[in-house]
Amino acid sequence: MAPSLSSFKMLRLDGVSRDFGTVNALRDLTLTIERGEFVALLGPSGCGKSTALNCIAGLLPTSRGAIFLDDQRLDILPTEERGFGMVFQNYALFPHMTVRDNIGFGLKMRGIPKAEAAARVEKAIETVRLGTQAHKLPGQLSGGQQQRVAIARAIVVEPPLVLMDEPLSNLDAKLRLEMRQEIRRIHAGLGSITIYVTHDQDEALSLADRIVVLRDGMIRQVGTPEDLYARPAHLDVAEFMGFRNRIPAKLKTRSGDAVAIDVSGVLLQGIAREDFTGDDVIAAIRPDDLFAGDTHEGGIPAIVEAMEYRGRDFFGSARAKDGTELFFRAARRHTPGETVALIADPARLLVYGAAQ
Amino acid sequence: MSSIDYHSNPGLKARLAARGLDSVTLLVLPAMALLVGLFVYPFLYGLWLSFNPKDGSLLGNYFKFFSDPFLYDTIGTTLKLAVPVTILNLVFAVPVAFRVRLMKNQRLLTTILVLPITLGTVLVAEGMLNYLGPQGWANRIMMLFGIISSPVKLTNNYWGVMLSLVITGFPFTFLLTLSYISGIDPALEQAAATLGAKARARFRYIFLPLLIPGLAITFCLSFVQAYSVFPSAVLLGAPAGPTRVISIAAYQAAFEEYDYSMASAIAMIMGVVQLAVVAAVLQIRNLFYRGPAGGAKG
Amino acid sequence: MVSNEKTVGSRLWIFAVWATTIFFIVNLFGIIGAVVTSSFATRWLRSWFPDGFTTKWYFSAWAEFQLGDVLLVTFQIVFAVVFLSGLIGVPAAYAMARRNFPGKQIVLLLLLLPLLVPPVTFGIPLATVLYKSGLGGTMFGVILANLVPTVPFVILVMIPFIEQIDPRVEAAARVFGAGTFRMFIHVLLPLLLPGVLASLLLVLVRTIAMFELTFLTAGPTSQTLVVALYYAVFAAGVRAVQSIDAMAVVYMATTLIWLVIALRFVNPTQMVTRAKQHPAH
Repeated sequence: MAPSLSSFKMLRLDGVSRDFGTVNALRDLTLTIERGEFVALLGPSGCGKSTALNCIAGLLPTSRGAIFLDDQRLDILPTEERGFGMVFQNYALFPHMTVRDNIGFGLKMRGIPKAEAAARVEKAIETVRLGTQAHKLPGQLSGGQQQRVAIARAIVVEPPLVLMDEPLSNLDAKLRLEMRQEIRRIHAGLGSITIYVTHDQDEALSLADRIVVLRDGMIRQVGTPEDLYARPAHLDVAEFMGFRNRIPAKLKTRSGDAVAIDVSGVLLQGIAREDFTGDDVIAAIRPDDLFAGDTHEGGIPAIVEAMEYRGRDFFGSARAKDGTELFFRAARRHTPGETVALIADPARLLVYGAAQ
Repeated sequence: MSSIDYHSNPGLKARLAARGLDSVTLLVLPAMALLVGLFVYPFLYGLWLSFNPKDGSLLGNYFKFFSDPFLYDTIGTTLKLAVPVTILNLVFAVPVAFRVRLMKNQRLLTTILVLPITLGTVLVAEGMLNYLGPQGWANRIMMLFGIISSPVKLTNNYWGVMLSLVITGFPFTFLLTLSYISGIDPALEQAAATLGAKARARFRYIFLPLLIPGLAITFCLSFVQAYSVFPSAVLLGAPAGPTRVISIAAYQAAFEEYDYSMASAIAMIMGVVQLAVVAAVLQIRNLFYRGPAGGAKG
Repeated sequence: MVSNEKTVGSRLWIFAVWATTIFFIVNLFGIIGAVVTSSFATRWLRSWFPDGFTTKWYFSAWAEFQLGDVLLVTFQIVFAVVFLSGLIGVPAAYAMARRNFPGKQIVLLLLLLPLLVPPVTFGIPLATVLYKSGLGGTMFGVILANLVPTVPFVILVMIPFIEQIDPRVEAAARVFGAGTFRMFIHVLLPLLLPGVLASLLLVLVRTIAMFELTFLTAGPTSQTLVVALYYAVFAAGVRAVQSIDAMAVVYMATTLIWLVIALRFVNPTQMVTRAKQHPAH
């Protein structure tokens, strides 16, 4: 019995795991997603995000754990009975069917009467703005058009859950930006759950209500885009989200989350994001929050290696006394070999334990 | 002492190279010479020869062929063997290939199935004379299980030839079909499943339409192979009558009657019949979808 | 992959498909087994199994059918065909892969035809021409006839192989000073070797089993083993069946040894490929 759009409240994953032989592709995924949410599964290649999506869709059986839609248990149902819509990375459009037939396929499989099906298909075609292409075969369409057909095909059945597997990765940059807004608009119109897999953090930040960061099959952090951008919970998440500076340091004082650390003899203030033992720590900060100041007070001394012009400012790389590579922002072009003092914004300097 | 001439047109060599003709291209020539001399020329010569029969007329050979039942019946006899065998092979190959494509280790199975092709028609024929003979294991086992009460005649008749064509033809049909099935993007089946299509629907709406072009080609190639049956028709069949296939007629004309003209005519007729069937099948295929099976990405 | 539902209906279907496959394989081994058993049988007339076993038939077959000579002829022909098809085919494949010239489509068609048209159909006219030019019945004639399908086979197998090699590798070799010959020896040949090996092994196996072409063009001293086997079976009334079966086993061993060697380098499906169009991808 395909779950219907109107009557559900949430999707729950409970300890979902998937093994391939001895490899744990997914470990104990537990997550609750509410109706109306746009959730991004984010992580580097091999982190298990596509595996998770395939398990939810039923294309891969789970090794352990359960998936629920409200109280209805889904993981025992085969794919064709789960009633989800899915957009594949390479679109998987049926090459022998027209756009119209592609989009109408799901309705046909559900036995929706022809007149109603035709009306819904026309509405979906309108939603993705493909009115003039409806009679064509996929091979005659451009990449962006094919993508829109794939989306229309997934949403026309009005599923409670729409799954998207890196749908924009095959498009060029400009098209990608356009389609991002389309996808967001369609999601809002549908009012159900969208789960979106991507390795691109910009995409996740711009599209999602909540982001789930995965690594090695485990959830590392779940939070809003703001949470993840400003307050990553672990060092690997921070690195993935763009905190390019990894600075080894020694812990000096800690009270609550406020910490003072010693970097090459300079005392810096920062925010601790973990509980750690011992005083070896690693501080992470975005290059944009590390500024090459004109005074030498309170900044990490480093020798400039290279500078890049970025239009409104400069991006530079330098080496500290202990050999750590640092990336920073500057207002003017510094010369390689010059010594600069790199000043860290204490609200943006995040400190993690060093035992990894 | 020559100075560089800046004013003349690019030499012949450069112009040819721009069109893709240089010394490397010449490497194709020996192969071309071989094929023209040993394939095209004999074909044309045979065609010409077929119109130069012993009695001096133009169409004498063809008249003789079509007025002598002993000769023209061979067309039908061969068709009666080749068509059912090809259909049978295809009907079995498709379901088996569908199952095998899901297997991770296909190699053992494909190796076993390649055996009949490697061993060839002569060995299979010899083996079947023993195995399917009245005293052979096949009959014995069937009698043991009570399926029959006395030996069934499976050799030196139509059935023997038919079975041997299935044994040597099925692997070929199967491997071709498997490669076509494997060429279909697995994501298409997945997409159909997410849209609610059960296994039967997936086969009917996704696989079958995408396979028909490939199956048509498989049919043609398997048919052509079966239609040229020769050693098994002689060794395992009744070459004087029920399994007198057209290749036997051609052989006899060439090597028993030394009438090369007639032999060439028969070979031409054989080729024409094969071509006609292939053309008919391909016409039927053109009524269906003919494009790529990948789910194109623009 | 889509997990298939496990209903009773689908289970029955799966069982039926596997049962048919197993039935086929069992019968195949039955046929082969019957030949092998018979070749070792003292007498085998009206029973499940022979009365006794012996190897005498192998010796008598060896003498009776002059298997030593036949094997020698077979290998001379087969290795000549392998060598020549490699010599003619590989450079031609290189030209086809690297150059686009007017008429290339016709050349491609010409290469496909001998693989699509069955051997008997073009073998009869070919035999006619060979006999009329005096080459009929000679070993040279047999070799020529067998080259017709093998040269296109080698070319069509090698073309995608060569296309896979980045032409810029060759350009790089030239930039670093290698002339055409040295580039061929040091750069191309090592890269091509696996493909050449694979295709030549396949040619070897196919030529040993190639019946019709050799049958139509060979004379009494230029028969390959498979043709000699045919004649032996054809005239079976005169000779002991076990003797013929012994010869058949010798033939089987010959093909299977080379098949096993070939399978270390190629996938079984490649024996069949190239006789068809490139599958839709």
